[in-house]
Amino acid sequence: MSRQGVGWSRYWISFQTIFVKEILRFTRIWVQTILPSVITTTLYFVIFGRLIGDRIGTMGGLDYLDFIVPGLVLMGVITNAYSNVVSSFYSSKFSRYIEELLVSPAPNWVILAGYVAGGVARGLVVGVAVMLVAMVFTEIRIHSVAVTLLVITMTAVLFALGGFINAIYANSFDDISIVPTFVLTPLTYLGGVFYSIELLPGFWQGVSLANPVLYMVNAFRYGLQGVSDIPVGIAFGIIAIFILVLGAFSLHLLRRGVGIKT
Amino acid sequence: MSALDVQQLTKTYKGGFQALKGIDLTVEEGDFFALLGPNGAGKSTFIGILASLVNKTSGRVRVFGEDQDRTPELVKSFIGLVPQEFNFNLFLPVVEVVVNQAGYYGIPRREARVRAERYLKQLDLWDRRDTEMRKLSGGLKRRLMIARALVHEPRLLILDEPTAGVDIEIRRSMWTFLRELNAGGTTIILTTHYLEEAESLCRNIAIINHGEIAERTSVASLLGRLHTETFVLNLKGRLSELPQLGGFVLQHLDDCTLEVEMSREHTINGLFEALSRNGIEVISLRNKQNRLERLFLEMVDRRTGAGWSSSDPADAPDAAREVIA
Repeated sequence: MSRQGVGWSRYWISFQTIFVKEILRFTRIWVQTILPSVITTTLYFVIFGRLIGDRIGTMGGLDYLDFIVPGLVLMGVITNAYSNVVSSFYSSKFSRYIEELLVSPAPNWVILAGYVAGGVARGLVVGVAVMLVAMVFTEIRIHSVAVTLLVITMTAVLFALGGFINAIYANSFDDISIVPTFVLTPLTYLGGVFYSIELLPGFWQGVSLANPVLYMVNAFRYGLQGVSDIPVGIAFGIIAIFILVLGAFSLHLLRRGVGIKT
Repeated sequence: MSALDVQQLTKTYKGGFQALKGIDLTVEEGDFFALLGPNGAGKSTFIGILASLVNKTSGRVRVFGEDQDRTPELVKSFIGLVPQEFNFNLFLPVVEVVVNQAGYYGIPRREARVRAERYLKQLDLWDRRDTEMRKLSGGLKRRLMIARALVHEPRLLILDEPTAGVDIEIRRSMWTFLRELNAGGTTIILTTHYLEEAESLCRNIAIINHGEIAERTSVASLLGRLHTETFVLNLKGRLSELPQLGGFVLQHLDDCTLEVEMSREHTINGLFEALSRNGIEVISLRNKQNRLERLFLEMVDRRTGAGWSSSDPADAPDAAREVIA
């Protein structure tokens, strides 16, 4: 134990190591990790924002292009925070180098925090990149910096945790693409990215309220543009509850060794 | 102080397979200890539990007096593990693998780099420090696993078949390295299928079979149970016919090589006198390094009841020998 950090300093070094490793991973393969989201959202801005958006007019009191900016940014954040953790953690399981961490004294919460922070970092990098692309098409003025940063970070944390749980249960590379395809994409598309839920009939408005992504998109829209279908306090409360539940569940899975120990 | 104290350790996998059936084992600090057993005996499960990679079903593990359940982080910091299977991120450079491992143990990055350089140099890997893992040969990967396991300077090093699949030269250099490490105070527990390795390196030994400790003794005491010794002789001339030497069992390996099995009542002097009387000149002699293997096979055979017709395990058919392959 000579010259090993003690207590919190040791935890901090372990966390830093995982976090830096994760950042190096996704930056090393940026063409696969960062670029696709930037290209996809650029196409969204061109097609839905410029070509179709001009014919739609306004949505929720905003130009259609302005309306979709928060949702598209958040979509990039959600997808990338999730994908980073699910693919990185599953790869470490698949190639068994997760054992490097399991034999070390790094506690479970440090391991979880390191992977989640890596996912958040990629989510935020993509979020900023998409925002920069959006600035080419429209003027971005941030209504509340604090709300914007808080929502984007909390959303990234939530979906990074989701990716972690997915990776824990995944037994093959197919398993890590099922949730993004069949759960994340529908939730995001139906989460008020492209429309205001005021357009929906009453019943479907009620159904939409069960979609957590709706709260995040609207809270983020409030942060950027001061407009939201949902009270922002409720949105924060719901995101926080999801984070606590998924975080506790992730730690429980790690403690039991589900998917990583026999 | 005991480096390792295991009491009533059991492991039952889902599906009911009982891999460990109440293992009791103590390894003293500074020991070089061999853990042997046929495939499926429970060695890797045992090591997996020590290294916190496998959840035990019941029992107690203490490492340098610390209980694994009460102070898991401290116990983990005492242990360095060299696993049987490669477990690397194949896309990372060699040095990053070692530095990251140090980081997981809470070693600051600057110190981690110093240690990585030290251990990579000791294991002749420094020149490959920037090579991606996937480009390393099997032998180099095995050496890197040792460097990685040592970077936090563990007091107990556990090696699960560290020389499996490596060539003789690398194996010998790894033996030298491990001997020096042990001489420096590191307790070493080794599982191996190369019984010559256990005989050459280890002072004490335990044999696991069917999830139980079948034997726990010193290597010297185990070898002392052998009643016969076997030598291989290189002859000066060709030998067309085997002579009859009383008290010695001779076997032709080829025209110029003879294998002689002799009981402990006989001496090498007596053997040479008998050979000289028959006009056989010997150029060189070596001890046949299968002593532990024979005992091991005898022991496993006795306990499984899966014997073969010959009384000498060395005559065992290939199928029977596969338990240690």
